[in-house]
Amino acid sequence: MSIAAPIRGTAASTMALDLVPIWTVILAVSVFMYVLLDGFDLGVGILFPFAPDSAARDVMMASVAPVWDGNETWLVMGGIGMFAAFPVAFAIIFPALYFPVLAMLLGLVFRGVAFEFRPSARASRGHWDRAFFVGSLVATVAQGCVLGKFVLGFEVSGHQFAGSAFDWIHPFVLAVGVGLVFGYALLGSTWLVLKTEGRLHDWARSKARIALFGVIAFILMVSVWTPLLHERIAERWFSWPNIVWLAPVPVVTAGLAFWLWRSLNRHNDVAPFIAAMGLFFMCYSGLAVSLFPYIVPHTITLWEAAGAPQAQAFLLIGTLFLIPIIFTYTGWSYWVFRGKVRGDAGYH
Amino acid sequence: MDFDPVLLSRLQFAFLIAFHFLLPAFTIGLASYIVVLEGLFVATGKSVYLRISMFWIKVFAIAFGMGVVSGIVMPFQFGTNWSRYSELTAAVVAPLMGYEALTAFFLEAAFLGVLLFGRKLVPQWVHFASAVIVAAGTLFSAFWILAANSWMQTPAGFEMVDGRFIPTSWMSVIFNPSFLFRLAHTVVAVYLTTAFTVIGVAAWYLRQNRHVEESRIMIAMGVLLASVLVPTQIVLGDLHGLNTLQHQPMKLAAMEAIWDSGRGQPAVLFAIPDEKSETNRLELAIPKLASFYLTHDWNGRVEGLKAAAPQDRPPVAPVFFAFRAMVGMWLIMFGMTAWAWIRAARGKLYEAGNFLRVAVWTIPVGYIAVTAGWITTEVGRQPWVVYGHLRTAEAVTPTLSGGDVLVSLAMYVVVYAMIFGSGMYYLVRLAQRGLPSDTPELRLDRRPARPISAATHDPV
Repeated sequence: MSIAAPIRGTAASTMALDLVPIWTVILAVSVFMYVLLDGFDLGVGILFPFAPDSAARDVMMASVAPVWDGNETWLVMGGIGMFAAFPVAFAIIFPALYFPVLAMLLGLVFRGVAFEFRPSARASRGHWDRAFFVGSLVATVAQGCVLGKFVLGFEVSGHQFAGSAFDWIHPFVLAVGVGLVFGYALLGSTWLVLKTEGRLHDWARSKARIALFGVIAFILMVSVWTPLLHERIAERWFSWPNIVWLAPVPVVTAGLAFWLWRSLNRHNDVAPFIAAMGLFFMCYSGLAVSLFPYIVPHTITLWEAAGAPQAQAFLLIGTLFLIPIIFTYTGWSYWVFRGKVRGDAGYH
Repeated sequence: MDFDPVLLSRLQFAFLIAFHFLLPAFTIGLASYIVVLEGLFVATGKSVYLRISMFWIKVFAIAFGMGVVSGIVMPFQFGTNWSRYSELTAAVVAPLMGYEALTAFFLEAAFLGVLLFGRKLVPQWVHFASAVIVAAGTLFSAFWILAANSWMQTPAGFEMVDGRFIPTSWMSVIFNPSFLFRLAHTVVAVYLTTAFTVIGVAAWYLRQNRHVEESRIMIAMGVLLASVLVPTQIVLGDLHGLNTLQHQPMKLAAMEAIWDSGRGQPAVLFAIPDEKSETNRLELAIPKLASFYLTHDWNGRVEGLKAAAPQDRPPVAPVFFAFRAMVGMWLIMFGMTAWAWIRAARGKLYEAGNFLRVAVWTIPVGYIAVTAGWITTEVGRQPWVVYGHLRTAEAVTPTLSGGDVLVSLAMYVVVYAMIFGSGMYYLVRLAQRGLPSDTPELRLDRRPARPISAATHDPV
C-alpha cells in the first residue's frame, strides 16, 4: 500500500491546537540535552588514551560513572520523541543512516560496558581502556556523520526514503564526523577541568586548548561549506535583511570561543565548561536556522512529517508533566556527586 | 547472492531482544531483592543483610549496565530495520515507549548512580529510597513495554486511517485483552529467575563452606519466594494460555501442535510437527487432556492449525518445542521448591548433599524459561507483527538489501558474543570473589575509613 499524504487523523481531530511547534521544541531540547550530556562523557572517553597515567584514567572514569546512564537516556528520548511526534521522519532518517546508526550503537555498547568491566578486570584492564576509547570515538564519529547527513539532506520520494544505505558516504558527512570528535573532546576536557585537580586538571586544560582550536576550525569549515552545498541555506544567511538578524550568531560564537580561551588561561574552573556548552548551543542554533522548517532536509517539513494528533497529545501531557521532574531529580543526582572527584570515588 | 532482508531482519531483532531480555529478567527481581535487603538492614541493623546487599549491588551494576547498552539498541531497530512498521504503528506504539523512557529509564538512571556510588554521600534513608526508586523504575519499564508488545498481540482501541493505526482509546490500547495476563506472567517469571539465581549462588557458597550465615539467609529467602511464585505462575500461565486461546487461536494450536479442529483434543507431549503434510510425526499424546486444560471440558472444542490458511499460520515446531521447554523449566522449579521443603522439614536444607549440588545447576532455569516463553509468544505471533492486521513481511524497511542486514547481523553477533561472554566472566569472577567480610568499610560515616583507589574494586 502506498501512503501518499501525511496523516492528519480522523475528522474529529482537526482541532485548533497545532502541536508541531511544541514537539519541535521538545525534540530539539532532548537532542540538545543528549549532545551536551553524553558529549562530555564521550569526550572523556575520547581523551582516555592521552591521559597521563592509569590513576588519571581511573579518576576520569569516576568523574562520569555515576551520571553516564542518565546522560545516554536522552538519546533514547530523542529517538522515541522523533518516532512519536514525527514518524514519517523517523521512518526515513534511520534507514538512510543504517550503517552510522549501527556503528553508533556498537560504539555505545562497548563504551557502556567498559564502565563496569574495566574496574572488574585485572590483566585485561588495558582491553577495556581501549574499548572505552574506541567505543566513545566510534559513537562520536557516527553521530557526527548523522549530523552531517542531516545537513546534506536525504533522498526522498513521496514521503518515503528513496536512497540506499550508503548515501551517507560523502566528504562533508565524514568531515562533520571528525569535527564532532573535537567538539566532544572540548566538552570532555572542560568537564575534567571542572571536576578534577592537580596534574590531571592541568593536563585537561591543555587538551581543552587543542580541542578548542579543532572546534573553531571545524565551525569555520562547516559554516563555509554548508552554504556552498545548499543555495537555500546561503540565501537564508546572507540575504538582506537576514544577514543583520543572524549576524549575532557568529559574533556570539566568536565571543564564547574567546571567553573559553581566556578562562582556560585564567584558571577559572567552571567557565570553560559553560563556554563550551554555549558554543554547542550556538552551533545547534545555527543548524536550526539553516534547516528550518525541514525535519527531513531538504524536502519534508516538520508539519508534513508529524504524527497523528492523538499520539502527539497523549504523549505531550505526560512529557510536560514529567520533564520538569526529570530535570529536578537529574539535577539532584549531579548535586550528590558535586565537587572535585574524590580519591575514594568508586563502588561502595 | 540474494539474502532475504525480512528473514535476516527478523533474526537480527530476535537475536538482539533475546540477549537483551536476559538482563532485565535478572535485574528486575534483583532490584527488588536489594530493596528487601537494604530495608532489612535499616530495620534490624544486622550487618549480615548489608553484606549480602553490597555483594548483590556489585552484581547488579554489571548486569544493569549490560541491560542498558543492549536496551539502547532496541528502539533504533524499529527505525533501521522496521521502518514500515514504525510508520504505520507510530501513533499507538511510540507514545507507550515514550512513557517508558519518561517514567522508567530516566528514573532508573538517575537513582542508580546514587545506589551504586552514593552510599557514603547521602543519608541512609536517601540511599534506601534510591534503591526503592530503581526497583520501581524497572517495574514501570515492564509495564509500558509489555503494554506495547501486548497491543501487537491483541490490538485494541484503534482505527485504521490510510493504512495507519490511529488510537481511539488509550485505555483500550494499554489495557488491551492480553496485557494484564502477560504483565503478571512476565513479572512473576522474572522474580522466579532471580530467586533461582540467588538460591544457586548461595548453594554454591554453602558447598564450599563459605559465607555460611549469609548463604543460609539467601537460600531461605529464595525458597520462600519460590514457594509463593511457583504455584502462582502455573495459574497465571494457565490464564494467559486461555486468553491466548481466545484471541490468538493459531498460536495456541501451534503451541499444542493441534492440526485438526475438533472436540476432545489430545495433549501432545512430544511430536515432530510436519508442516508439509499438516500432521505430527512420532506423536506421543494423552487423549482429551488438551481440551480439558484449554476449555475445562474433556469434550471441549479447540481449533487446529488447518482452520487457517497456511500463510496465516505460525511456524509450528519452534512454538511447540519452546512451549514445552518453558513448562519443563517450571516443572524443574516446582521440583526444586518441593525438594527444598522436604529437606527443610528434615532440618537439612543447608546441609551438603544432592539438593545443594543440583541447586547450583538450576541457576539457568529461569533464563531458559523466559527465552523459551518469548519464543513461544513471538514466533507464535507470526506471520503477524500486529496480529490479524499487519504482516511481518510487510513491515520491514523497504530500502534495505539482504546484504545490508547480513552485515549488521554479523556485527551484532560478534559484538554481543564479546560483551556477553566478558560479562558472564566478570559476573562469575565477582561470585568467586564472594561477599564482603565485616570490615571498617562498613562504617557508614561520611568520610571513608581509608582511601581506596578511585573507581576500582580492590581486587582481592
